Amino acid sequence: MKQNAFLRGIADGFPICLGYLSVAFAFGIFAVGQGLNVWETVLISLTNVTSAGQLAGVPIMVGGGTLIEMAASQFIINLRYALMSVSLSQKLDRGFTLPHRMAVAFVNTDEVFAVSSAQKGLLGRPYMYGLILTPYFGWALGTLLGAVAGDILPEIVTSSLGIAIYGMFIAIVIPEAKASRATALCAGISVALSCLFYYVPGLNQVPSGFVIILCAVTASAILAIVSPLPVEEREEDSHE
Amino acid sequence: MNNPNFYLYLLVMTGVTYLVRMLPLVLVKRKIENRFLVSFLYYIPYAVLSAMTIPACFYATGHMLSALCGVAVALFLALRGKKLLPVAVGATVGVFLAEVVMRFFL
Repeated sequence: MKQNAFLRGIADGFPICLGYLSVAFAFGIFAVGQGLNVWETVLISLTNVTSAGQLAGVPIMVGGGTLIEMAASQFIINLRYALMSVSLSQKLDRGFTLPHRMAVAFVNTDEVFAVSSAQKGLLGRPYMYGLILTPYFGWALGTLLGAVAGDILPEIVTSSLGIAIYGMFIAIVIPEAKASRATALCAGISVALSCLFYYVPGLNQVPSGFVIILCAVTASAILAIVSPLPVEEREEDSHE
Repeated sequence: MNNPNFYLYLLVMTGVTYLVRMLPLVLVKRKIENRFLVSFLYYIPYAVLSAMTIPACFYATGHMLSALCGVAVALFLALRGKKLLPVAVGATVGVFLAEVVMRFFL
């Protein structure tokens, strides 16, 4: 059974890995273009495992920014992970003792969080480790390929791969939104806010990491008040 | 980069990113019982993903037109109940075909 859960994790993680190959590829091209060497570029991906944070961090390194600036930018851009980690903390089963929580936190990316949230019931260690395995290496490998051979792939291929991650997100939200009007409404409010912060002058100056938190917290809080979950749904969870 | 500070930058970057992810996961160990918080946390993933997808997905490819095609394919497949991988691959192929067509006609 354990091996089954591990393999299921691998299978669920594989689409993330594919998506990461292209995103990390783009990061690899970017970082080398900014003046980092291949080893430094790959090392950033191996230690950080976050797209937006890395893209923001490299220019600060190369431009000789202060360490305060680096810490502040990473904090703001990555603060959404804190929200995701609180949510994920409720999905992990009792097997997740401190060291395992610390290990999984390292690769709690947007996409890993998305896929693990979409699972029913509590998640065990075999599944989670299976899930994060291929995305982690896909992220590093994509970075390496981008850093070494950025110009080899035709632009049309990298451009097409840019949509892969969003396709995954859509595949996670749509089934739930179809099944529950409350979730659909929540997604709708979040999208409306996100568009406001993208297009309205002034509002579009807010850092994107903050925007995601603002949109998600507002939409989720509204729905949690207007349409709270029935109590029994939670009890069913705790029996697993 | 020959800047000797690279590893110092890396340490700060990695440390902040990891702490933000790790602390909540380690500190929130008990099952949250409050009905508002439980509901709030249930909605969070869908709200986060929706905000991250739109409008960013329209600018994820070379042209907004090809991105729209990819998103349309993804929505169609997701509404038909397809899983993550087919939807992601379908969206990618959709963008690719759209960009091939656009090269001929635009």
